[in-house]
Amino acid sequence: MIRLERRVETPRWLDVAVPLASFVAALVVGGLVLQLTGHSALGTYERIVERALTSDGALSGTLVAATPLLFTGLAAAVAFRMNVFNIGGEGQLVLGAIAASGAGLALEGRPGWLIIGAMVVAGAAAGAAWAAIPGALRAFTGTNEIITSLMLNYVAANLATYLIFGSRSFWRSLEGSGATFPTGKRLPPEASWPSLELGGVVVPFGFLLGVAGAVVLLVVLRATRFGFAMRVVADAPAAARYAGIRGRRVVLGVMALSGAAAGIGGASNIGDTRHVLDPRGLNQAGYGYAGIVVAALARLNPVAVVFVSIVMGGLANAGRALQGPDFPAGLVGTLQGLLLVFTLGGEVFARYRIRRARTVHEAHAGAPPPPTAEVTA
Amino acid sequence: MTTTEHAAETAGGPPPAVAASGITKRFPGGVVANDDVHLELRAGEVHALLGENGAGKSTLSNVLTGLYRPDAGDLWIHGRLTELHSPRDAIDAGIGMVHQHFRLVAPFTVAENVVLGERSPFRRREAEERVRALGERYRLPVDPTARIWQLSVGQQQRVEILKALDRDARILILDEPTAVLTPQESEALFEVMRAMADEGRAVLFISHKLDEVLAVSDRVTVLRDARNVGTVTTADVDTRELARMMVGREVALGRARTGRAPAPANGARPPALVLDGVGADDDRGCPALHDVTLTVAAGEVLGVCGVAGNGQRELAEVVGGIRRATAGTVTVAGERLRKADPRVAHAAGVAHVPEDRLHTGTAPSLSVEDNLALLAHRRPPLSAGPFLRRSRIRARALELMARFGVKAPGPTTPVRLLSGGNVQKVLLARELSSDPALVVAASPTRGLDVGAIESVRATILAAADAGAGVLLISEDLDEVLDLSDRVAVMYEGRIVGVVDRDEADVTELGLLMGGATLAEVGP
Repeated sequence: MIRLERRVETPRWLDVAVPLASFVAALVVGGLVLQLTGHSALGTYERIVERALTSDGALSGTLVAATPLLFTGLAAAVAFRMNVFNIGGEGQLVLGAIAASGAGLALEGRPGWLIIGAMVVAGAAAGAAWAAIPGALRAFTGTNEIITSLMLNYVAANLATYLIFGSRSFWRSLEGSGATFPTGKRLPPEASWPSLELGGVVVPFGFLLGVAGAVVLLVVLRATRFGFAMRVVADAPAAARYAGIRGRRVVLGVMALSGAAAGIGGASNIGDTRHVLDPRGLNQAGYGYAGIVVAALARLNPVAVVFVSIVMGGLANAGRALQGPDFPAGLVGTLQGLLLVFTLGGEVFARYRIRRARTVHEAHAGAPPPPTAEVTA
Repeated sequence: MTTTEHAAETAGGPPPAVAASGITKRFPGGVVANDDVHLELRAGEVHALLGENGAGKSTLSNVLTGLYRPDAGDLWIHGRLTELHSPRDAIDAGIGMVHQHFRLVAPFTVAENVVLGERSPFRRREAEERVRALGERYRLPVDPTARIWQLSVGQQQRVEILKALDRDARILILDEPTAVLTPQESEALFEVMRAMADEGRAVLFISHKLDEVLAVSDRVTVLRDARNVGTVTTADVDTRELARMMVGREVALGRARTGRAPAPANGARPPALVLDGVGADDDRGCPALHDVTLTVAAGEVLGVCGVAGNGQRELAEVVGGIRRATAGTVTVAGERLRKADPRVAHAAGVAHVPEDRLHTGTAPSLSVEDNLALLAHRRPPLSAGPFLRRSRIRARALELMARFGVKAPGPTTPVRLLSGGNVQKVLLARELSSDPALVVAASPTRGLDVGAIESVRATILAAADAGAGVLLISEDLDEVLDLSDRVAVMYEGRIVGVVDRDEADVTELGLLMGGATLAEVGP
């Protein structure tokens, strides 16, 4: 009989060994799937590594794919650490994209640094404000933020669609082909975010911003009064209340911080890659939900989010390159799915130990029980 | 003393109900909670288990109920070598546990709670009849159709015991069962324990109250520092000897305030606390405090006793600024608290030691140093602007740990890994380090071992000697009598009597706690 027993404490080495073993297991099972569908497992993995990392421009493409995941991953990680379950990264990213593209369009003709700065600020503010709605509902009325933040994703998606397809809004292009087929206005060239070239790898500005954001979040969590209050509220709400920590403000603050991260992700999507508000593209990408996966794989650690987002971005990037008549897109999705299932499933081994044992076994017949210590006082 | 005699009995008679031998349990971080512990529990005896919380009493009972697996050692139940992997196994092996914190489903009826977890289909009538019969047989009267939330704490405990009896537990473990009872209720419980033992059941009684252990048990096993100190026949020992075995040295307990002058009528200082006509609601919005008027002088210890759930928690929370008063005024050290805000109360000089020390008093997963900084982290010198100053937080933590005798592997150890006594010391260190005008302490020694009780009491009395008023709220009547200058009794949200400690009488107070009036009780 096999039994699971809860570990009282997780040993340190398991924190590293379990995710690594899960990764290897996912590769092995993924390899089986590849073989069964008539592909060479090793060959496919080699191509994935090549397309994600080693070939010309591959790493740059991976970083571009990783950037939005980095932001939504940070958004999820900071909230989930606090036991505030913000599922609304998706909608907050869309609002960030709307606000940032609005700012970029409105400031046409101004210097680039001003436009870019305004885009970042507008994206952060819009994401924070959007997240503050479920935050306030949770803090002041006790509404479950999972439901409200999730529902607001659909509102955000529809709002973006409305701005481009359903109205003559400021964002919609009404000239040229835009007059017949609805598209967004293109942002001025000065609104394109710069990139940094490091040894042949093009690093998008958004990615650098995300790495800086991860460091800032780590500092906020570890070294500020707000981070201290967050940890107390998350661990013992009653103790926080008794210590005069304003729990509602902290919850609201965490939601806003989380939403701001996702919102900057939206701004980066406009500034780094699309340069136009594209509701269909955003809604299909599902960055917000993928961010939750990234945060979970990173075990809610902001710095680990950076690395996990690169891995996931690499898979997405390689997937686009691999897919074709011989290699259906679904196979790449399968590999990603296996990775997630094994990693989260592996948590069981970190939290529980497995025992094989029989419940009760008979003592050898007639043997007296061991004498107990009988000591005089 | 009785070694050979008992050994002979054991060899000749039936095997003991429980024989634990060489039980060793280690926790990560090098903590050894049980180190080669032996326990022999015989059918037909009430066996007391005494020991410090840090010393493995709770660990041993968790091993016996299948919550923990020992790293070494054997467990023999009725002569059979048994491994328990889960509480389910323990139930199947006939072991019943009455936890200190009840495991009952509040919206369910008594009968539903008793049969909860049984694998047979639920038949209401049958279950109710069975519970009624069981209650009559053991003189544990409780209405099987009543819902748990309607019952008093004492009645809830009866349900827990009935639950174990209904499963025909031959081995019963009671963890600090008297902590929530009035003296009269405790007496009744002891009779039930004796009756169960007379039927041939084995009863393990975990308690830190020496006089209760002496009153009810046949034998006592004492643990200290995770090891056996010994097992003795109760008739052969006295309080002093048991206390010495448990703590490993002589302890001064009881009448801690003897010889101290009555509360100084200090004209220079305003009273530490004045409550005038205070009312408050409980969490469900029902009135929980009615017209409470009390004064605590500076340097005075006012004990508030009463059965749990009679408004004590609400009283403490109103004074601590956590609960809004619906009527009346709260004045701390001459300053009226106009707003229910713990920061305002703290600024006025209130130190609050809540009853649930681990989850309300501290953030258990956070480190000792963070918990010590819980209040002070907002201001310099522990923070500068929005940033914490980690080195100062640590230095202050080390200083407070030394001053208040907190034993922990280090300032970064999570509080939940500390023993109950050390958690309480962390809490006291934090609250008393600000030189408060008023200390509100709720059941400050509940569940602690004798050594820790002694030091917690000394710390609280030292605060009073330094001029703080102390509002001591406790269900432990002995403690209230030992520490207080005056004693107030609460019943159903009202103060039903205030008496000087020297005039207080246990029986009288017990009756007041049960709802009698001062006039009825009379001197």
